[in-house]
Amino acid sequence: MNDFSYAQATTAKDAVNFLTEKPQSAYIAGGTTLLDMMKANLTEPPRLVDITRLPFTGIEQTKDGLRIGAMERMNAVGEHPLVKELFPAVSESLLLAASPQLRNMASIGGNILQRTRCGYFRDAAFPCNKRVPGSGCPALTGDNHNLAILGVSESCIANAYPGDLSVALAAFDAVLTLENTKGKQRQVLVTNFYLLPGNTPQKETVLEPGELIVAVTIPMAAHAKRSTYLKVRERASYAYALASAAVGLDVQSGTIRAAHVALGGRNTLALARSGKSADRCPGYRSYIPGSGRGSSARG
Amino acid sequence: MSSDLFPDTGGPKAENDSRRSFMKQAGGLLGFALAPPLAGQPDSLMANSPVLEVVTKMTLRINGQPRTVQAEPRVTLLDALRERLDLTGTKKGCDHGQCGACTVFIDGQRVNSCLTLAVMVQDKEITTIEGLAKGDTLHPMQEAFLKHDGFQCGYCTPGQIMSGVACVKEGHAKTDSQCRKWMSGNLCRCGAYANILAAVREVADKA
Repeated sequence: MNDFSYAQATTAKDAVNFLTEKPQSAYIAGGTTLLDMMKANLTEPPRLVDITRLPFTGIEQTKDGLRIGAMERMNAVGEHPLVKELFPAVSESLLLAASPQLRNMASIGGNILQRTRCGYFRDAAFPCNKRVPGSGCPALTGDNHNLAILGVSESCIANAYPGDLSVALAAFDAVLTLENTKGKQRQVLVTNFYLLPGNTPQKETVLEPGELIVAVTIPMAAHAKRSTYLKVRERASYAYALASAAVGLDVQSGTIRAAHVALGGRNTLALARSGKSADRCPGYRSYIPGSGRGSSARG
Repeated sequence: MSSDLFPDTGGPKAENDSRRSFMKQAGGLLGFALAPPLAGQPDSLMANSPVLEVVTKMTLRINGQPRTVQAEPRVTLLDALRERLDLTGTKKGCDHGQCGACTVFIDGQRVNSCLTLAVMVQDKEITTIEGLAKGDTLHPMQEAFLKHDGFQCGYCTPGQIMSGVACVKEGHAKTDSQCRKWMSGNLCRCGAYANILAAVREVADKA
């Protein structure tokens, strides 16, 4: 691991200042992905800015839905009574991920920014278009049985987001609150947050340099309350998804009024939407990953 | 015994000195010889700056005691415990958060100390395997691991015991299935899982 300097921020303004005064610096929250990558010499930030003291905390009901601070940890959110009651699939997606120890460390914001599982990305000995743009992609012809099928490009077939939480968030139209380096906040749908790899696989999200994830807000909905997260993997616990689905149904008097589906594991998580089953189910809405059209249709 | 593979180098004989204390002495001497000159310098250079560079004095509260270490910001809690504070009960397995051998508690929550920077947990309460027993009285989880033979080589055992204690406290060891899932962050290459499970479940049932 490279040597680096360290600064602890207690306000977003401090965090931005610490970050921008030293180019290539990185924020650190749970550190479970960042330090792992730094130990493998995949990234070498000259400074780490500790954002664990930022007031991006709390899980509370607002008029827009359940608001979860980006610094809340995965286990705490997954086990929170409100999350379990209102968004079972979100709770399950969190508690089926990683290990108990990692879930006590990893933050919600960090999880949303989790890096790909692609073995070539995570080994500095290999070229990788995502890590070193233009260097090539050995995964195209290499060991790629765990990588993306949908939403891939000629330059990258990594499942850019290998995690679980964002799949559930996508199914329920969750909104991210972001704060840029000028202190200005904006709202972005999770489904609009991730980018298709195209020719620029190094650019994975719409997050600007230095911009922070402040919170995620999930709108209350009947289908979200009756939901589940299904995860298929190579062993029973503590493994990435080979394929996963977050499914929420709005059932009234025995009739499915709306079905919300999002898929994970085999896609780049640039999620697009389609309403093809609208005839059969008026409220059907699915997130078919990887078409990249970003179109929206609610039947 | 002398051979091509294990030449007699005049090192300490097993009957005179344990392998562990030899390793500690040798490691300490080597560490002293390799220590950069900076390590001896005062840390006041950066005392007034919020940005910590190079070697800094850190205070860690470990097993109820304040402990001071001089370390760079990149030193993990695991390395601070093992290499600076001689608390070698916490083990380094994969050093990438995958095996759980380095499991400790921070403010009562189990975490991987290999992916935790020491500098980030200075105001936290840290508990290691050395902090479980009360004097000569073992923690019930330690007793249970002995009773159920919950180990073979023993390398993963401190992490397994720490995770087991947390698992019971969290209420995640109520059934075998639940316990297996919530102990899945601790790998055992010897395959002592059945006995580890029996130990953790017994403590949970008594709790």
